[in-house]
Amino acid sequence: MARIGVVVFPGSNCEYDAKVAMEQLGAQADFVWHTDTDLTGFDGIILPGGFAHGDYLRPGALARFSPVMDSVSKFAADGGAVLGICNGFQVLTEAGLVPGALQKNRGLTFLCKPTTLVVNSTTSVLTRNAAVGQELSVPINHFSGSYTCDDETLANIEANGQIVLRYKDNPNGSRADIAGLSNEAGNVVGLMPHPERAMSTLLGSADGRVLLASFVGVSVNA
Amino acid sequence: MNYFVIVDVTLRDGIADPEGATIERALPALGFSGITDVKAGKAFRMNVEADSEAAALEKATSLAVRLLSNPVIENAVARIGNK
Repeated sequence: MARIGVVVFPGSNCEYDAKVAMEQLGAQADFVWHTDTDLTGFDGIILPGGFAHGDYLRPGALARFSPVMDSVSKFAADGGAVLGICNGFQVLTEAGLVPGALQKNRGLTFLCKPTTLVVNSTTSVLTRNAAVGQELSVPINHFSGSYTCDDETLANIEANGQIVLRYKDNPNGSRADIAGLSNEAGNVVGLMPHPERAMSTLLGSADGRVLLASFVGVSVNA
Repeated sequence: MNYFVIVDVTLRDGIADPEGATIERALPALGFSGITDVKAGKAFRMNVEADSEAAALEKATSLAVRLLSNPVIENAVARIGNK
């Protein structure tokens, strides 16, 4: 059974959703407080959604200096599976674990609605079980989700297949419709949509399962 | 010595600034004309303990690059301010 660590920052608010989603997929999930530094025994790490440190300064800017983040960086460098969802994606960009940055949405409105994602690459820990071109309905819930990067970075991430998910109808002005992005090795993935909120058709969509099952499955094999 | 330092954080050229654009669009309705190229940014004010003005600015610039700004999208400039 995969054992997943869900990092809890002051201000995180999706940690229980992530934990329950992991458990529904047969994994064990344990919370890791942001001051903890020992990630021994974990097969994968999730940075959940929310507003770590109140999103003061910039989303993720203060969270990236939490003691746990040095350990997460080492875990990632050793090939461990790391997933940042929403605020977790913002923390990953601030920490430099995935390239680029997230800005306020074009239109300056908080967006909370279902979106259609198109799988663009299956070489990441999040999309390994999905198919290129597959469409998934997964909700977004963010104010600063507009992905941006310079031309050179965009060319690199396109060429390396690091763009794992794109919006079908870009809701927030993200460059190249980017909804989810991996590092070069594919073991670190950040995405703005919430797959842990798309686990049951009763609640609108179960399309998040294929993504999180990839993450859990890869973690088991690692 | 204590120096009063202001750090200005602005978006890099070419980075979309929806906040500045929205403010600019609102200006005609408020009766303002002749104001263009509005850019939104942040300013941080702080007291910096250092041996010289240059050392104070160096310290503040280091903080600005490491924490106060995201170099991927923002520029940060430290200057000595007047209280």
